[in-house]
Amino acid sequence: MTTTKSFADDATTSPNTPIVLLEDVGKSYGNIQALRGVSLSVRQGEITCVLGDNGAGKSTLIKIIAGLHDYTSGRMSVNGEERHFGSPRESLDSGIATVYQDLALAPLMSVWRNFFLGNELTKGPFRQLDAAKMKRIAQEELTKMGISIPDLEQPVGKLSGGQRQCVAIARAIHFGAKVLILDEPTAALGVNQSGVVLKYVVKARDAGIGVIFITHNPHHAYLVGNHFVVLKLGRVALDTHRSEITLEELTTEMAGGSELEALSHELREINPEVVVDDVQKGQEGT
Amino acid sequence: MASTITSPASADDRVSARSLGARLLSRPEIGSLVGAAVILVFFVIAAPPFRDINNTGTILYQAALIGVMAVPVSLLMIGGEFDLSAGVAVTTSGLTAGLFAYQFSLNVWLGVIVALALSLAIGAFNGWLLMRTGLPSFLVTLGTFFILQGLNIAVTRLASGAVASNSISDMDGFGAAKAVFASEFKLGGVTIKIIIVWWIVFVAIAAWVLLKTQIGNWIFAVGGDAAAARAVGVPVKKVKIGLFMAVGFFAWFTGMQLLFVQNGVVQSGEGVGKEFLYIIAAVVGGCLLTGGYGSVVGGAVGALIFGMVQLGVVYAGWNPDWFKAFLGAMLLLATIVNLVVKNRAEAR
Repeated sequence: MTTTKSFADDATTSPNTPIVLLEDVGKSYGNIQALRGVSLSVRQGEITCVLGDNGAGKSTLIKIIAGLHDYTSGRMSVNGEERHFGSPRESLDSGIATVYQDLALAPLMSVWRNFFLGNELTKGPFRQLDAAKMKRIAQEELTKMGISIPDLEQPVGKLSGGQRQCVAIARAIHFGAKVLILDEPTAALGVNQSGVVLKYVVKARDAGIGVIFITHNPHHAYLVGNHFVVLKLGRVALDTHRSEITLEELTTEMAGGSELEALSHELREINPEVVVDDVQKGQEGT
Repeated sequence: MASTITSPASADDRVSARSLGARLLSRPEIGSLVGAAVILVFFVIAAPPFRDINNTGTILYQAALIGVMAVPVSLLMIGGEFDLSAGVAVTTSGLTAGLFAYQFSLNVWLGVIVALALSLAIGAFNGWLLMRTGLPSFLVTLGTFFILQGLNIAVTRLASGAVASNSISDMDGFGAAKAVFASEFKLGGVTIKIIIVWWIVFVAIAAWVLLKTQIGNWIFAVGGDAAAARAVGVPVKKVKIGLFMAVGFFAWFTGMQLLFVQNGVVQSGEGVGKEFLYIIAAVVGGCLLTGGYGSVVGGAVGALIFGMVQLGVVYAGWNPDWFKAFLGAMLLLATIVNLVVKNRAEAR
C-alpha cells in the first residue's frame, strides 16, 4: 500500500468548531441570483469538497470567502465571528488563503518574487528585500512539494501548469493559512501532476489546515474529501459526509450522464493503478 | 504494490544553469545599452565635435532634461499605466512657483513648496480618477493634459497679463533655489549642470527601489497582473496612485529646473509634446507599454540616446529636421525588440 492510496482512510469528522461557517449565504448581481441559501462548514484538518458543473456558483462561493465579493444575504462567520470581507487582504489576515484557477501569479515576474508577493521579507534599516533568504525558502518549500525549479529567477510564465499550481499552493501553505481554498487545482493537470497536487492537499490537511477543494471531478474529490457539497444552479443539491455516499452516487449526483462515464473510462485507461484502486478502496471503506 | 507516483528527482537535469551571457541578455535594458553604444560609435565617427570632451556636458544636460522625468514615467509604465499630462505638468509646476511667489511677493521657496504640493495633488488626482473610474490611463491623462495646457496659458495671462510668468530673479531665495535646481560646476574642464547629478542620484534611488524593495516588487506586480496582485494582498490602488504622485514629484523638480535656469521666467505654452519623449525614453529603455516589465536604468539609457541623437545630428552638421524621423524609427525598433523579449519570456 502506498501513502497515496490511503488518503481518506482515517477520515472522521473533526470535533473542532468550524473555522469558516456559512449559513444560508446568498449573493445576487442585480436580478441574477448566483448563489442561494448555501450553508457550508470548514473544520481544521478536514477537506470539504465543493462540486458542481460550470456555472453552478462555485466561483462565486470562493470569491465570497476570499474577500473579492461580499455576500448579500445570510451569514458568514470566521472563528465564530460574523465577517464581511472588504478586500482579499482581510480574508488573508483571517488566515484564509486562496489558490485561484488562474493561479494569481504575475507571469513576467520571477518565481521567487511571485512566491513572496505581498509578503516580502526585508532586512536592514532601509527595508531592503532579502533576496537570498526568499530564494532559499522558496526553493525549500517547492522541493517539499516534489517540484524542482532550478532557476528561481525565471519568469513564472515559463513554468508548466502543474509547476505554477505548486508554486501557488506552496505559497499559500507557507504563509500560514488556516483555511486553504483550492479552485480546481487539478483541472488543467495531467494525471501524475494531479496526483502530486492531491498528495499535497492531504499534507495540508494533516498539518491541521481546513481545506476547501473546489472541483468538477468527483474522482479527485472522492480520493481526498471528508465532506461533499454539490452545487447546482447556485443552490446546494447535496451536502453529505464521506461515510454516507459512494463514488458512484457522488458522480451521479454531481452531473451524471455520459460525459462523466467517458471521463472515468479515460482516467482508468491513463493510469489504472492509481484511479481504479483508490476508487475501489474508497468504496470498501463505506 | 509498487509506488504509483514517483517523486521527481531533487534536481531537474533538463535545465542547466544559465550562463552569465544569457542572464545579461535577458535584462530589459540590454537592447537600449547596445543601441546607445552603436549610436555613440556612430556619432564619434560621423560628427567631429561629438569627440570634444567639452560637449559631453551639453549632451548629458540634454539627456538629463528628459531623463529626470523618464525615471517616474518608466516606473509608471512598469506599473501598467502612462501619463500624457507629464509634459505640461512640468510647466504647470514652474508657472505655479513663479506666479505664486511674484503675485504675493513672497520668498521664492514658498512658491517652490506650493508648486510641490500642487504637482503631487495633480498626480494623486490622476491616479485617484483612474482607480475610481477604471478608465484607461490614456483617456484620464489626456483629459488632464488638456486641462493643464489650458490652465497654464489662461491663468498665466490672468495673473501676469502676458504668456510668460513674471521674472522672480531679484526676489528673496532665488539664488539659493537656483543653486539647488539649476547651478553648474566645472569638472576637469567640463561644465556639469547640477541636474545631471540629480538625474544620476534619482536613477540610482529609483532603480534600487524597483529591484530591491517591497514597493518595487509591488510595482512589477500591479503592472504584470493587477488582479493577481490584489488577490495576494498588494494594495493595487495605493501603488498606482503613488506612482502618479511620483510623476508629480519629478514634474515639480523638472519644473523648478526650468524656472531657475531661465532666470525665473517660464513660458506658459512650454512642455507640450514632451510627454511623448519621456514615454519614448522608457520604451526604448525596455519598459513594456502593457506593464509588468522594464527598468529604470533602461529609461535613463533611453534618455541618453535621445540626448546623443539630438546633439549628434547638430554636431554632424545635418539638417535637424531628420531628428524626429530618427526618433520615431528608434521607437518602433525598440518596441519590436521588446515584443520579442516578452514573447520569449512568456513562452512556455
